Formats: sequence, C-alpha cells, structure tokens
Amino acid sequence: MFEPYLYSAPALLLVAATTLVPIVIGISYAFRNIMLLDPTSGGFVGLDNFRELLRDASFWNALKNTVVWTASCVGFQFLFGLILALMLNRPFPGRALIQATIFLPWAIPTFLVGMNWSWLLNPAIGPLPHWAYALGLMNAPDNILSDPDYALWGPIFAGIWWGTPFFAITLLAALQSIPREIYEAAEIDGAGGLERFRSITLPFLAPTMVITVLLRTIWVANSPELIVVMTKGGPADASQIVASYVFTQAYQGLNFGYASAVATALVLLLLIYAFLLIAIRQAMLGRR
Amino acid sequence: MRGSPRVRLVKWSLHYGVLLLFVVAALFPLYWLVKISLTPNDSLYTHSIDLWPATISLEHYATVIGNSDFLLFFRNSVIVSGVTAIASTLLAAASGYAFSRFVFRGRYWIVGVMLVTQMFPLVIVITPIFSIFGPLGLTNSLMGLIIIYTAFNIPFATFLMQSFFDGIPKELEEAAMIDGATRFKALLQIIAPLTLPGIAATMGFCFTGAWGEILFALLLNSAASTSTFPVGLLLYSTRATIEFGPMMAAGVLALLPVCIFFFLIQRYLVQGLTAGAVKG
Amino acid sequence: MASIDIKNVRKDFGPVSVLKGVDLAIASGEFAVLVGPSGCGKSTLLRLIAGLEDASSGEIHIGGRRVDDLPPRDRDIAMVFQSYALYPHMNVRDNMGYSLRLKRTPQARIAEIVGRAGAKLGLEALGERKPRELSGGQRQRVAMGRAIVRNPKAFLFDEPLSNLDARMREQMRFEIRKLHRDLGATSVYVTHDQIEAMTMADRIVAMNAGIIQQVGTPLELYDDPANVFVAGFIGSPAMNFLSGEARRGETGVALSVGGKAFCTLSQAVAVPEDGRVTIGIRPERIRIGVGAGQVVEAAADLVETTGAASVVHVDLAGQAMKIFTTERLQLTQGQRIPLAIDAKDVCLFDPAGGGRLR
Repeated sequence: MFEPYLYSAPALLLVAATTLVPIVIGISYAFRNIMLLDPTSGGFVGLDNFRELLRDASFWNALKNTVVWTASCVGFQFLFGLILALMLNRPFPGRALIQATIFLPWAIPTFLVGMNWSWLLNPAIGPLPHWAYALGLMNAPDNILSDPDYALWGPIFAGIWWGTPFFAITLLAALQSIPREIYEAAEIDGAGGLERFRSITLPFLAPTMVITVLLRTIWVANSPELIVVMTKGGPADASQIVASYVFTQAYQGLNFGYASAVATALVLLLLIYAFLLIAIRQAMLGRR
Repeated sequence: MRGSPRVRLVKWSLHYGVLLLFVVAALFPLYWLVKISLTPNDSLYTHSIDLWPATISLEHYATVIGNSDFLLFFRNSVIVSGVTAIASTLLAAASGYAFSRFVFRGRYWIVGVMLVTQMFPLVIVITPIFSIFGPLGLTNSLMGLIIIYTAFNIPFATFLMQSFFDGIPKELEEAAMIDGATRFKALLQIIAPLTLPGIAATMGFCFTGAWGEILFALLLNSAASTSTFPVGLLLYSTRATIEFGPMMAAGVLALLPVCIFFFLIQRYLVQGLTAGAVKG
Repeated sequence: MASIDIKNVRKDFGPVSVLKGVDLAIASGEFAVLVGPSGCGKSTLLRLIAGLEDASSGEIHIGGRRVDDLPPRDRDIAMVFQSYALYPHMNVRDNMGYSLRLKRTPQARIAEIVGRAGAKLGLEALGERKPRELSGGQRQRVAMGRAIVRNPKAFLFDEPLSNLDARMREQMRFEIRKLHRDLGATSVYVTHDQIEAMTMADRIVAMNAGIIQQVGTPLELYDDPANVFVAGFIGSPAMNFLSGEARRGETGVALSVGGKAFCTLSQAVAVPEDGRVTIGIRPERIRIGVGAGQVVEAAADLVETTGAASVVHVDLAGQAMKIFTTERLQLTQGQRIPLAIDAKDVCLFDPAGGGRLR
C-alpha cells in the first residue's frame, strides 16, 4: 500500500518544508542574536532575548491588548453570529437573499476590510466620527485610530464586522442538523419556545459552539493583519497585540532574534491555553 | 410562529427589523467604498459625509487604470493568486483523495501535522522564511509568494477536497477498477468530473486567500515590480498626499474577483465553512 | 466461464478477524449464493474475489490462475454493486460501454455489443438517459448490462436487489436467474435474504462470524442443516427450537420437553452425557390435530394470517413455538390444541456448541 503516500506526499512535503521546518528554525532564532543587516550577528545568546522580553513594557502592553482584542472580537462575533443563525434558521420570504448579503463581509479580503474601516473612521472621508460626535459619544469628530486610548477598537470593529458571518454560518449549519422531529416531539410534550431553546437547541449546539469559539480564539489571537493594516500597532504601540508586535519587530526593526523570541512566547502562551482547555474538557468529561 | 394575528405581526416586524439592521451593517462599509470611489474630487471633501453622492463620475477609475503601477500590482496579484489556486487545488485534491479513500499508517499523524500548522501563529515563520528564501532568490519574486501561499492553503484545501470526495461513493471507482481502469484512471475519468464543483470551490477559496494576503507580501517583496495589489494599495495609502478617490476605486477593483467568486460558491459556503471549523 | 477456488483465506482488519480461514470451490457455470447475517464476512469474501480488498493470507484462483496479487482490472470479472455504482455523468450507453472503451475496443464494435446487451435487458429506449433519470429497476438493469457487456469469467453480485421494493425484487430475482441460464456464467451472489438464496442458488454457502457453516443445495440446507445457525437462518418462518431432554430407551431415543413426552426417535443418535438437547422442528411440519405421529398438547396464544396461510403461536410447556398452516383456524387464547409430531422431521442439536447431533 504505497498509493496513499504517493497521493499525499507532494502536499505534505511542501507543507513540511514551508511551515514545519521554519517553525523549528524560528524557535531556534529565539536563542540567537540575529540582526538582518548585521553580518556579524548570529551567535547564540541563550535566554538573553527572553530576559529582554520580560523587561519590555511594550510586550506586556501587547499581551494585555491581545486579551482585549481576542475576547472582544470573538465575544461579539459569537453573540451576533448566534442571533443571526437563530433568525435565519426558520424559513421566511427573502431568506436566501438576506443570508447571502449578511454573509458577504466574510468574503472580503482582510486587508481591504482593514483599509475600508480605517477610511470609515477617518473624519476626512468617513461618516463614523461625525455620527459619533453628533450622538455625543465623542467630544470632536476625531479619528480614533490616532487616539492611544481607543486605537485598538478600530481593528476590533473591523474584526467583528468581518468575522460575524463565520460564526453565523457555522452555527446555522449546526442548527440545521438538529432533527425537526425533536422539536415537534417537544412541542407535543408541551414545551414552550423558550423551553425548547433551553432543552433542545442549546444542548445540541453546545459542542459546535465550544469547538468554534476555542479554535476561533486561537486564530484571532494569531492574526495581526487588521492591526498591521489599520494602525501598524500605533500610535506608539498603543494598539499592538503580540502577533502584530512580532511582525513590526521583524518588518521595521529587522531584529529577527528578538522577533522570534516574542513569537515563541506567543506559541507558549497558546500551548498553555490549549492545555488548560483540554484539562477543563477532561475534568468535565470525568464529572459526567 | 403562533399567536393572534397582532402578536404575529409584531413578531415578524421584529424579525425583519433586526435582520434589516444586520443587512445594513453588512453592506454599509462596502456601500461607502463604492460611494467615495464614484464621487468626483471637487465634491469629495466638501460633501464627504453625505449619504448620497451629489454627482457621480468615473474619474477615479480612470486615474487608477491610467496608473501603470496599479496595473502592474493587479497583474502580479492575478498571477500569484491564479497559480496558487491551481497548484494548491491540485496538491490538495491528491492528498484529500488519499485521506478520503485510504486508511494508511501515519494518516493520523499527517492529519495532526496539518492541523498543527493551522494552529501555529504564522508570525513565527515570517523571519525563518525570509532567511531561507533570500539566498534562494525567492524574495522579491512572485514565485516565492506562490510557494508560501500554496503551502498555507494546502491544509484547509485538503480538508475541503476530502469532504467533497467523501460525498462520492467509493463504489464508483471500485466499479471502474473492475471495468478495467487503474485507480488513477478511475480518479481522472470517473471521480474528477463528479468533483468539478468542489474543485472549483476549492480553487476559489485558495484564490481569495492568496488575493488578500498581506503580511508575507509586505515582508518578502519590497520591490514595486513584484508587489501585489494589497501591498500596492497599502503603500499608496501611507503616502504623504493621499488621494482617497483613486484609492477607493482601486479597492473596489480589488473586490471584484472576490465578489464574483462569492456569488458563484454561495451553495458551497456552508460546506466550506464546516470544513473551515476544522481549520479554526 | 471459470471455476473459482478459495484456499484457506483469512482477512483481518487490525485486531478484528473478518474471515477466519475460508475454503470454497465454486464450479464453472455454477450460481453460488453467499448468505448470512450482516457482518458475517460474506461481502468481504466477495470483495476479496474481486480484488477490492487484499487477503491477509490464503490463495484465490479464478479459472485455475492465481489472482491474489492481481488488481481488479486484471482478474476478468464483473461486479454488480448494491448501490449499482452507475457513473452519474455518463448516459446508459456509455456506462455499459466504459469497460470496452478502456480496452480500446473500436467504436462500432462497442455500439454493437452494448446494443445487444441492451436488447437482452430491455434497455434499447434508454440509451441516452443519465442514471438519475432512471427508476430503481432500470438502474439495476443497466448495472447488469454493464456486467454482461464485458463477457467476464465470473459475475459477482453484492446484494444487488436490496434497494428495490418487494415486487421489483421478485421480478429481478427471476430475471437474474434467467440471464444466468442463458449465459451460463459462473456467478457469486451475496445476500442476507435467505429467500433470495433459496430461490436463486445452485448451491448456498451459509456463513456466520467469518466461518462457512455449510455448503450445499438449497434443499440440503433446508432439510439437513449442519447446525443451529443454518437451521435457524434458512427458512421462514424460522425453525422452532425447544430445549428438551433425550433419554435412550428400548425403542429408540425418547425426547421430552418440560418433563412431557415430545416424540421418540427410532434411529440411533449420539446424545450428550447429561441428556440436554436442542430440539428443532420446522413450523410447517407440525400438524394441528391427532395424526399418525406422537401427539403433544400445547396452548394457543395468537394467530397471524396472511390470507394464504397462518402462523399459529403456541406455548408448549412454557416455551414459545410457531406452527405454519394453510388451514383457517379460529382459536382463542389459552385453548388447548393437540399437535402431531413426526419423528423424522425432528433435528437434534448440541445446546453447547450448536452442532447437529446425528
């Protein structure tokens, strides 16, 4: 049986060569002093990069921002996605068209989402600051992307707009896999709408919800595109998350060693997160 | 929905009302993009927050198309995304077929590796890939981007293709193999024609993925001659004097292939995203 | 046309043994039916003959040639699948001609062969149709046509009728048999339906748990089952099994159920030490009323009738039993009825191993 290997080998080799190998190399960089334009660099420095990391206020700030960014994005995406899925789950006139329209943002390339939202937030050509000002939410129609206190919220708005359809579609697919007869049986048994939601919809949906939220959390925490496009982490690192901090370190600082140390730290944090989840899952399974 | 006619009316109005809010929220940013791109320069800043443009003109589109840089970026993006779509779909079809039809030693591990690569932060491979690609002449080259994008698309595309193959009964190629075909011939003559919609959808996903990528495009290709559209647009937006009109017109142009794809694969969206749930 | 010989074939999926050493010889031109419950290994055996799975050990010969290491395309066999496996994107004619096209047969010749097969199966008018535009019975015929066109050494059928409704199934059963009579090709037919096995087979191969239980003509299996499994699987309504006791007497072996005399066998039978036996008797061999044989009394429970015949459920010393009769009876629950048992209709089995006691 060599056939399956023949079919999967080209894909696997390419993936290994361009992701697995670089991941290992990347982690090794974290222990070296690598400056892109400095040929004398490259020596092993042990844990120096990590010691610097612990003293780096920008890193700690980025870590805090990562939590805010991830929790807000995933939280609101999930909330809006659930509402949409529940509303789209029953047939009504015009459903197909409305569904297609609402899912459209998901198809827009991330960079364009970012640019589009930074234009909307730009008082020169975007309406949002003016509306916020008119509603009394802002003291002046300014660009929140250049306000250190609020800059992170620009990418968050864009992220919610972009990612909500993903949750809506995933949850909708899960909803539609619940057999109709179960609802009918419950209705005959005398369960009201709210009761049916609590005792049928939620238990059926829970596994999908948990998996989707967990995977999405990792994905969102890892995605710096919106921030890179909209604020480049600025002003003055105010909207930096760890992932975008790695990118700006590599792109602007050309300090590959340090960038890799930050990236390795991010991987470690995500691993801890994943292990915590698995432990919680095991504990919950054990309790049953 | 049950209840008296009046209660039902209220319920339905609420239903449509909330959905309308979502529709408006989904469409408004795109509408604004199109609106600004059609507003001529003389009224662009004076009437910047009017909901409706006073006059409409295609002058910004003319500017973009007359700008040789944008045409070059567009061409680069089409080449990179097109080749990526074809290459990753071919490779993913082969490996997806293997996952769908064979139980083989190491399968579990291969799937595991593919999943892990999807979980890892891409940023960790940015610096090593830059260092590896440099000496190979793959920086400032479209080929470099194609290789990266193909590799990044493969895991997701493999799961997608696998789900399409899973939907085709195994008996079909068994019948063909008994009829005298080799497995490969059965795959080409019997299975592939039946998977065409799936192949098209996978190609679409890979194309859009490559079309919108910006991190590696920014880092690897700093020369204008090899920049893709996203990079070109982003650098244009950070210039000292920003011309919003042409930029938005360029943005609308960048949207076109994606929107065409989106409406073509509507039907496969749910399936794609269920496979996407694995992607995370 | 060719014989098929299977020698000590085993098939393991990981730790699970699906076929535990199968020996079977199918003669040239024979219609052999592999029958057994789902999971008994009958489909696996068929797929091993086809080459769709590889045997873990053992040999398979088709027409005297060892084929274990050959891919399906080199074994010169045709197969009809349960799902028919028609190629959805090809019309009926192309479906039937695909194997010939792979063999690079000239177009004109393909058209001729396909046309002849189509005529035989009544498919002439459907040549341009796609499979999804056909009814279940028509799809079944196209699948048959695809097999015939190849003129193979052997036909393999994998539960080909199970997706049809009852009436269609009866008709196709008949047509497949007739086709076999015309072509005379070696056929191996897998089914879980014992009626199909009984009505179609030259020889039945009864399988259970990866082991061949008995091979023989339908009536051999029916009248002279080798063990409890075959006795219970072949025949509908199924054979009655009663746990009873056997005691050797002067006139023969006396059988009793729940302490009451059941019947006396005149021939010698090897009875286990403790005298415990499983008594098997077919429902249609029991007559209600006083007759030539021994008479036992049972209590009526329920009567099911199909119009042509009835099944009477009775209680015999606390054990349930069925009686098949073409008489129309009016019985009330609990009514005592006499049953005539003929000793030559009784089979004895070992309750421990299930083997036949002779």
